[in-house]
Amino acid sequence: MGRILIVAEHDGSTLNASTAKCITCAETIDNDGIDVVVFASDGAAVCEQTSALAGVSRVLRIDNAANEHALAAILAPQIAALAGDYSHVFGPSTTFGKDLMPRVAALLGVGQVSDIMEVLDTHRFRRPIYAGNAIATVDAPPDHILIATVRTASYSAAASGGSAEIETRHLDVELPDHTRFVKLDADETGRPDLQSAARVVSGGRALGSSANFELIFGLAEKLGAAVGASRAAVDAGYVPNDLQVGQTGKIIAPDLYFAIGISGAIQHLTGIKDAGTIVAINKDPEAPIFEVADYGLVGDLFQIVPELENALD
Amino acid sequence: MQKVMVCLKRVVDFNVRVRVRPDGSGDATDGVKMSINPFDEIGLEEALRIKERGDADEVVVVSIGPSDCQQQLRTGLAMGADRAILVETSETIDPLCSARVFHALIRREQPGLVLMGKQAIDDDNNQTGQMLAALWVRPQATFASELVLSDGTARVTREVDAGLETIDVELPAVVTTDLRLNEPRYVKLPEIMKAKRKPLETIGLGELGVEATAQHKFVNYEPPAPRAKGEQLADVAELIGKLKEKGLL
Ligand SMILES: Cc1cc2nc3c(=O)[nH]c(=O)nc-3n(C[C@H](O)[C@H](O)[C@H](O)COP(=O)(O)OP(=O)(O)OC[C@H]3O[C@@H](n4cnc5c(N)ncnc54)[C@H](O)[C@@H]3O)c2cc1C
Ligand SMILES: Nc1ncnc2c1ncn2[C@@H]1O[C@H](COP(=O)(O)O)[C@@H](O)[C@H]1O
Repeated sequence: MGRILIVAEHDGSTLNASTAKCITCAETIDNDGIDVVVFASDGAAVCEQTSALAGVSRVLRIDNAANEHALAAILAPQIAALAGDYSHVFGPSTTFGKDLMPRVAALLGVGQVSDIMEVLDTHRFRRPIYAGNAIATVDAPPDHILIATVRTASYSAAASGGSAEIETRHLDVELPDHTRFVKLDADETGRPDLQSAARVVSGGRALGSSANFELIFGLAEKLGAAVGASRAAVDAGYVPNDLQVGQTGKIIAPDLYFAIGISGAIQHLTGIKDAGTIVAINKDPEAPIFEVADYGLVGDLFQIVPELENALD
Repeated sequence: MQKVMVCLKRVVDFNVRVRVRPDGSGDATDGVKMSINPFDEIGLEEALRIKERGDADEVVVVSIGPSDCQQQLRTGLAMGADRAILVETSETIDPLCSARVFHALIRREQPGLVLMGKQAIDDDNNQTGQMLAALWVRPQATFASELVLSDGTARVTREVDAGLETIDVELPAVVTTDLRLNEPRYVKLPEIMKAKRKPLETIGLGELGVEATAQHKFVNYEPPAPRAKGEQLADVAELIGKLKEKGLL
């Protein structure tokens, strides 16, 4: 057995829910302890939130001005320097973890398991391939450190109620200066977060314009839901890229998912396989989305969605 | 910059619905349509635009795999690449091994920029570019939706979960593409003819001094758990009733 290290994802002040999901995954592996490392310029607040998660043995606080923004080229050598104490190092399969963890693996000269959806043994995992059309069982060599990303939609978040000790560490690692953060354009909407929301309402190409997409925002607001979109809707510029759901967008697992004017291409379905209940609204009764929907309404969305909104009053 | 290197992986076409063989030994991909990984096509399109703007002299496309990969490299040449290299192997290799191969090619070719896909849509690994950047000890800019070159640096807009992030990386660097970076051009027939005369070099993995390895083994394949077929409802009222019944409203 060994210890497991999880790399915390955060925005400088708030811990991302993906970290608590990695903890749940790590708990399904025999281990001697689960540590979470927080890289930040001032990690006080994020370390407090991390230490309050059940299942965490220790929080490693690594403050450095260079860690203000999560740049893979800067974080990877620091993680590699810590890795010697661990049997497994996990990050979430969010854009943060996907960018970072392979760089760590290559520095250590080992492979990476992407998107763990189930742990079968300390070095045997299940993960989706071919846009989720197949689930592969992967064996990793037990004599190597195991680097992986955790498919966050497969795990619920670890509960609160922990009080792990916070240990400040100083790492003596040379960091590159060839990569510089310029800016982040985030959509500060105040709406629920797509990746952790219990309800999601998504719209597709059929909406036809960003003005019409307001219909989706309106319904989502009524439901207290997050808003998602198909790739076609994002490509057409109706909504920003961070709303894309699917193989190359966000993989989500809400309790309730509405697919409105979305045909149900395999790349979209990959993103919603783990949704609890799927409702589809589409004018084409043959649309593939109806193959996976629990409840389907065939008809014009421009008629059905306002009706639905009224009925929710 | 002299040279841009673009990695092209041969994968099952994105329109093919891959199915698992009943005995769990793998995917039934025999005889199905094969294509350039869609993200790699976007990488090549970007490289061609860079060259057409006068910011690069040569675009080299490279692939690792069996001799069949020549088809995808020829398509790359028809799109406008100048030269192709196939690193031929029939063995299963993992992303770390691919990254070592590309690193060996970089030492030979000395590109100022390497463009790759953010992920290959077969194994959905999303690893090779990041691993290559680590081995090369150079910057990485992953999931790019915009790339602007100036004075030895690349300003890259990245599609991240929170929105769009912009970073500056010094060249040479590895950039991996996201879907909205550009729309690849269509290949015209005369270009296909012309591509037949462009150079396509084949080298063995061993000649590059890299051993074919795969630390991780895929030991079984299963189809995903099916979702139960749902029901078509008559109207909004029925839908609301069903959702309330399930405690979802
Ligand atoms: C490599 C790759 C990765 C991809 N990744 C993703 C991804 O992550 N996510 C993703 O979503 N896609 C992805 N795609 C794209 C995917 O293949 C589809 O093209 C896309 O999902 C289609 O979006 P859509 O359903 O909105 O549009 P369409 O397929 O055009 O469907 C529109 C639907 O709206 C219905 N409709 C039209 N008008 C009305 C109306 N008035 N009322 C009701 N219904 C109406 C139509 O019947 C139709 O079913 C990817 C593709 C590739 C090649
Ligand atoms: N065998 C290969 N031949 C050519 N390019 C490859 C190969 N393997 C990986 N790549 C490149 O690396 C990217 C990411 O692949 P992956 O890490 O497997 O998801 C792909 O989009 C390709 O650009």
